[in-house]
Amino acid sequence: MSYEANLRVWRGDADGGELQDFTVTVNEGEVVLDILHRLQATQTPDLAVRWNCKAGKCGSCSAEVNGRPRLMCLTRMGTFEPDESITITPLRAFPVVRDLVTDVSYNYDKAREMPPFVPPERDADGNHRMQQIDVERSQEFRKCIECFLCQDVCHVVRDHEDNKPAFAGPRYLMRLAELDMHPLDGVDRRRLAQDHFGLGMCNITKCCSEVCPEGIKITDNALIPMKERVVDRKYVPPTWLGNAIRRRRQ
Amino acid sequence: MTALAPEGTGAPGRARLAARTLRSDRWWLQPLITVSVLVAFIVYSTVRAFENANYFAEPYISPFYSPCITTACEGNTFPELFDGPAFLTPALYILIVPLGFRLTCYYYRKAYYRAFWLSPPACAVAEPHAKYTGETRFPLLFQNLHRYFFYAGLVFNVILTYDALLAFRNAEGEWFHMGLGTLVLLTNAVLLWLYSLSCHSCRHIVGGRLVHFSRHPVRYKAWTFVSKLNPKHMQYAWISLVFVAFTDLYVRLLATGAIDDPRFF
Amino acid sequence: MADLERHDYDVVVIGAGGAGLRAAIEAHERGARTAVVCKSLLGKAHTVMAEGGIAAAMGNVYPEDNWRVHFRDTMRGGKMLNHWRMAQLHAQEAPARVRELEDWGALFDRTPDGLISQRDFGGHRYARLAHVGDRTGLELIRTLQQRTVALGIDVFMECTVTRLLTADDGAISGAFAYRRDSGQFLAFRAPAVVLATGGIGKSYTVTSNSWEYTGDGHSLALAAGASLINMEFLQFHPTGMVWPPSVRGILVTESVRGDGGVLKNAAGNRFMFDYIPDYFRKETAETEEEADRWYTDKKNNRRPPELLPRDEVARAINSEVKADRGSPHGGVFLDIASRRDADYVQKRLPSMYHQFKELAEVDITAEAMEVGPTCHYVMGGVEVHPETAAASVTGLFAAGEVAGGMHGSNRLGGNSLSDLLVFGRRAGTAAAGHAASAPAAALSETALAEAETAALAPFGRQGGENPYTVQHDLQEAMNSLVGIIRTAAEVEQALERIAELKVRVQALTVAGGRHYNPGWHLALDLPHMLRVSECVARAALERQESRGGHTREDFPGPREEWGQLNVLCTLFGDGIGLHRKPLPGMPPELAEIFEESG
Ligand SMILES: Cc1cc2nc3c(=O)[nH]c(=O)nc-3n(C[C@H](O)[C@H](O)[C@H](O)COP(=O)(O)OP(=O)(O)OC[C@H]3O[C@@H](n4cnc5c(N)ncnc54)[C@H](O)[C@@H]3O)c2cc1C
Ligand code: SF4
Ligand code: SF4
Ligand code: FES
Ligand code: FES
Repeated sequence: MSYEANLRVWRGDADGGELQDFTVTVNEGEVVLDILHRLQATQTPDLAVRWNCKAGKCGSCSAEVNGRPRLMCLTRMGTFEPDESITITPLRAFPVVRDLVTDVSYNYDKAREMPPFVPPERDADGNHRMQQIDVERSQEFRKCIECFLCQDVCHVVRDHEDNKPAFAGPRYLMRLAELDMHPLDGVDRRRLAQDHFGLGMCNITKCCSEVCPEGIKITDNALIPMKERVVDRKYVPPTWLGNAIRRRRQ
Repeated sequence: MTALAPEGTGAPGRARLAARTLRSDRWWLQPLITVSVLVAFIVYSTVRAFENANYFAEPYISPFYSPCITTACEGNTFPELFDGPAFLTPALYILIVPLGFRLTCYYYRKAYYRAFWLSPPACAVAEPHAKYTGETRFPLLFQNLHRYFFYAGLVFNVILTYDALLAFRNAEGEWFHMGLGTLVLLTNAVLLWLYSLSCHSCRHIVGGRLVHFSRHPVRYKAWTFVSKLNPKHMQYAWISLVFVAFTDLYVRLLATGAIDDPRFF
Repeated sequence: MADLERHDYDVVVIGAGGAGLRAAIEAHERGARTAVVCKSLLGKAHTVMAEGGIAAAMGNVYPEDNWRVHFRDTMRGGKMLNHWRMAQLHAQEAPARVRELEDWGALFDRTPDGLISQRDFGGHRYARLAHVGDRTGLELIRTLQQRTVALGIDVFMECTVTRLLTADDGAISGAFAYRRDSGQFLAFRAPAVVLATGGIGKSYTVTSNSWEYTGDGHSLALAAGASLINMEFLQFHPTGMVWPPSVRGILVTESVRGDGGVLKNAAGNRFMFDYIPDYFRKETAETEEEADRWYTDKKNNRRPPELLPRDEVARAINSEVKADRGSPHGGVFLDIASRRDADYVQKRLPSMYHQFKELAEVDITAEAMEVGPTCHYVMGGVEVHPETAAASVTGLFAAGEVAGGMHGSNRLGGNSLSDLLVFGRRAGTAAAGHAASAPAAALSETALAEAETAALAPFGRQGGENPYTVQHDLQEAMNSLVGIIRTAAEVEQALERIAELKVRVQALTVAGGRHYNPGWHLALDLPHMLRVSECVARAALERQESRGGHTREDFPGPREEWGQLNVLCTLFGDGIGLHRKPLPGMPPELAEIFEESG
């Protein structure tokens, strides 16, 4: 059942690099990450790859396979033709550290900017009471494994480095939606979502939803509802107009 | 291979790769289809809007020309409220609303930003623009008014549903008759309702804006219902678009006498 | 040393899993300047993989539940070898630790009354596991991560600690580490270090554990002079994936059984009924009918044998496979498809559904899964003081999987996540308290230079051993010779192999440079793996009985005298020294609990 696959792997660092060709054995049921491990063990011991769980749970092994952002541990070799050459590159929206490893600190910086959750007092018996139907929306977003594939594919920053300071990316805009829908949270982050985190830059073209390995409906369930919530807060015509005029006058 | 895009995937520090995309599938197919269908629709509807004739064939009125509210109108599906100059086609003031509704629709926005503005043409394919501000400035900032077009769209849905009901008459104006055209108008109305009810703004308005569903059981039910339709919003958007054009075409064919309406009873 | 990055803290926490983050939060809140150091990115530690839930006797589903019942279940599950005080604190404090997560934003599944829902798990008398679908660990780590970030605690991601630094009096003075991305070295000066480095499972071929589980914390503690306890007890989780080969070992959560899944052999029989040990006979169903009734009526029926503690189930599966009654790929069948409808399965076990679909092309709502035992958890760890999580070395604390004693010879499912929270917090409190009273000593420059030289050594050699090959050979040896079922002869053989590997490790060579070089990283992890594997093997040879996660074919069954003894490992020159230590006595008011219920 084994065969030899042709792999083109990007190797290099911030100063430069290139796609290099390799021939590696593939066995039944293996995923791209297995093949890279075989490459490490037999041909390129210093090939830099980030991974942890190898079960699609931690979101470490993000890279681009044939140009598509993917988790390498969930990309089965069986989805390619045996004679097809498979191109593996690091995420192209972030600075590269080495080989397939990128510097994802952009994401952690955005996480630090998030105004934290603020709970109410607990009930007298020490519990918080929440109904299942009230937690379900935010629970969907909390499935996020922070693989940052959505952050990588989003053209707002992928194609525009200069937007990075003003745009938090789908993962963190979704976090704002999660908190806004959280039954206990006591902070209004709607203005902030638009003015500080750049929700208005998202043009709802849905690439984030397309790549999410958790199948989270990021655009439909988080970003668009959040845009609607921002409209409630900022763009109801009379107040909007009033604010705009006031701003003009000042 | 094209040159590095210095503002995007070729920005300093990122992995040096010249290709605009390494996708090996036919990523350009989807935008191509979108462009073709939308252009075909625009051409057809423009031609029809300026034709200013052949939009009424007893008892059917074309959705492009309803509600026809001037004295210059063919047929009498709607009260004539104004003395209209015959040269100003009703389609021009009518189509504004559905056009605005669809233009600001979250789904169509996705479709035309991708297919026409190439922003992005497909996922992980670099867009050709050097600068990008999304929907943060005029005119795209006005996309935020979508919900008002949604409300206006509902009014039109009511009118077109009313037109479909009127279609249960025969050429003499007697009720409880039906022809293929009735079915066409009815289907058109149903599809428009599905399109409108599956709208994202609708989903927000009926219940999405709540934090505690459990305190509003009726609105939660409504939200659940809309949430079931919402994932198919794209499909409804396309089917209803094509079907509106088809409905218009059907009425035109009847009006020009090219075909006869098969009557059921 | 010019290119050394230096930092000063009160408390340095090594590890950013549940235990590490909880410790850091507590230390920070008590005013200590705190840093967290971890090998992976923040939020990727092993805790993220935990599925089933957090055990805590909150009584939300069964008001009858309370800490005493939880305590009893934990001790019985560990075959009474647990440190009673740890088990008691754990059972008493877990509910408060879980509730507190909600103040930080966690969203657990709810009961109809709006309380935290709790599910069934093996060995727990009542439904007790607070959970979120089957991704509880993700919820736990994300909540703690977000709290850590909100508090502004410094996190050093992708940094590996290679040595603990001690002052002349033997007390902790800091830690030495390198940055994985740049290869840059760091020195932390701190009077208190909390070890929260997790487990050791990567020394096995078939394991649910990731590359991080190389036993660093265990090994660092030994080197600093602390002792390890209970190292012979490894938990082989009964249900790991067995097919395809590349996913062998990946965990299939116990919730599958808690939610109605049953184990069957090739003949379609629910074989677990043949393996009910006397110890648990009174509380286990005897017929399939009774077992099935239990899911809906727990008061009047006894638990299905599929939900016996993990060691029992793992051994049973092992025996079935050995007797040629296994599935095509050397496991047994775990069937939920024929017992629950597809909707239910998808709702309760979404990530299992996803995992089998993606990795094995099996639809678990339609077919049975193939499962077999996989190395999962180490009960053994740093010997700590129950109240403070302090190790025997001044200034050193340990919490989470790296600490020993809490789980005795076998851990119950769900008791780890609660352990992380309870003892993580306690370690944070004690470390901050210690730091407030003991200023950090200056770091010895010679020790730093020595640490650096040792870390760079593999670059200096030529034509030696490939780290990947050495790791592979170690895994093979441990997997085949110190696995679920052990014999003196095999364990001795393993020790010989380990001795050979120790020599080979001295000759490891790595190619490439210091920037993100996995070959180099592995070369630095291997000595830890060997040291810890040696502890496991030596302790396994020492304990001449079968109990919990330690089964000796040549000494079947538990023995009275061993039920009173712990085996301790300490570093002895280059090797491992052992000694036996009697269990601490349980006070009568706790001992009563076991008499009450027999
Ligand atoms: C698949 C799976 C499912 C599980 N399900 C459950 C469950 O449902 N319920 C339950 O209670 N338990 C479960 N467990 C067990 C439980 O998840 C673990 O025991 C627990 O998460 C360990 O947490 P920890 O904080 O001790 O360590 P970890 O979360 O493993 O964290 C260890 C940390 O230490 C760091 N580290 C290690 N070495 C070094 C070093 N040298 N330098 C710097 N940093 C270092 C790592 O980078 C990491 O951040 C499961 C385990 C697995 C593998
Ligand atoms: S939908 Fe918005 S956030 Fe998602 S990828 Fe597109 S532009 Fe980015
Ligand atoms: S939302 Fe999805 S794609 Fe984005 S980081 Fe989370 S899991 Fe990854
Ligand atoms: S390694 Fe964890 S998601 Fe791939
Ligand atoms: S009509 Fe498409 S989103 Fe409102």
